[in-house]
Amino acid sequence: MSRLNPESQMTAEAIEENRSTTASEFWAGVRVGFPVMVASAPFAVLFGVIAVDNGFSVWEAVLMSAVVFAGASQMVGLELFGQNIAPWLVVVSIFAVNFRHVLYSAAMGRRVGHWPVLQQAAGFFLLTDPQYAEAEMRAEAGEKLTFAWYMGVGLIIYVPWVIESGLGAYFGNLIPDPHAIGMDFLLPIYFLGLVMSFRKRAGWLPVVAISAAVSIVAFNTVGSPWHVSIGAAAGVAYAAMFPPRVREKLAPEGEVIEP
Amino acid sequence: MSTTAWIILWAAALTYLTRVGGHLVLSRFATVHPRVEAGLNAVPAAVLTTLVAPVALTAGPVEWATLIVAALMSLRFGMLALFLVSAAVLVAGRQLLG
Repeated sequence: MSRLNPESQMTAEAIEENRSTTASEFWAGVRVGFPVMVASAPFAVLFGVIAVDNGFSVWEAVLMSAVVFAGASQMVGLELFGQNIAPWLVVVSIFAVNFRHVLYSAAMGRRVGHWPVLQQAAGFFLLTDPQYAEAEMRAEAGEKLTFAWYMGVGLIIYVPWVIESGLGAYFGNLIPDPHAIGMDFLLPIYFLGLVMSFRKRAGWLPVVAISAAVSIVAFNTVGSPWHVSIGAAAGVAYAAMFPPRVREKLAPEGEVIEP
Repeated sequence: MSTTAWIILWAAALTYLTRVGGHLVLSRFATVHPRVEAGLNAVPAAVLTTLVAPVALTAGPVEWATLIVAALMSLRFGMLALFLVSAAVLVAGRQLLG
């Protein structure tokens, strides 16, 4: 029969092959994203626990993980939310922490420009630090960056992140004495770990030193929460005024724990 | 809808903007000015530092010890090990001293 109609046979084969390629690409992506999922799981749970501790409901914690999907900024939101400051300042602070995505987005745009627009829109939603790092690595290795592969990486990180946040929030309600288990001081540890993870970036030390000094002064004069924006602005202004001469490749080293 | 939900939705919209905006805006320019790039690169470390420094200064000895352990751990280990060990130090310290 195939001899009688070679063309349709070939088309069917091509479609079949295409489908299996898409599936295998997806699962290849899942394998790449899996370690990130494992490493970020405790932080998703932690986010949920701290969220309810700071007055979020369980569904609000889940909502935030589902629609923001950016660990460090979610924690920053919680930290400020706990201090009962103006809502718009919380939003601006989250925005500031996430602003680095602009650079990833610009870099990824070159790689995914051939995808249909809706696929691009979905792809950018999942653009986290580890997602960027993995995609960039794959593209640089000369392999084609397919939508299926990208979704495999992204979804194995995204779906558990949302579920684990909900679990953390649900069981966080059951913790009787948050202070005894150090709940109030877990975020500073986490933030310090993140700060240290950027230490290989050129010009890191002066930026951190200036931001630290200025934020402490602002904290004791202007007061919270302005020390965040004032301290950060000082560090960023320094970096812009004295850009590090070594042009580094954009590499989110060390941030892989964080979607 | 609660204020919290509004904060979350606005944060989500602006976060999506950062993820799609680089492609839509920044990629129209052939090159990004080195000062702009250096400034953008410095943002996360700068913001996160301001969330640690004042808190660290006003904390007690157990918290200081915890942060020192965390900083030392970061030189050698990944985020997860750093976090678990530091949290253990914090909890143990508070049980013993506080």
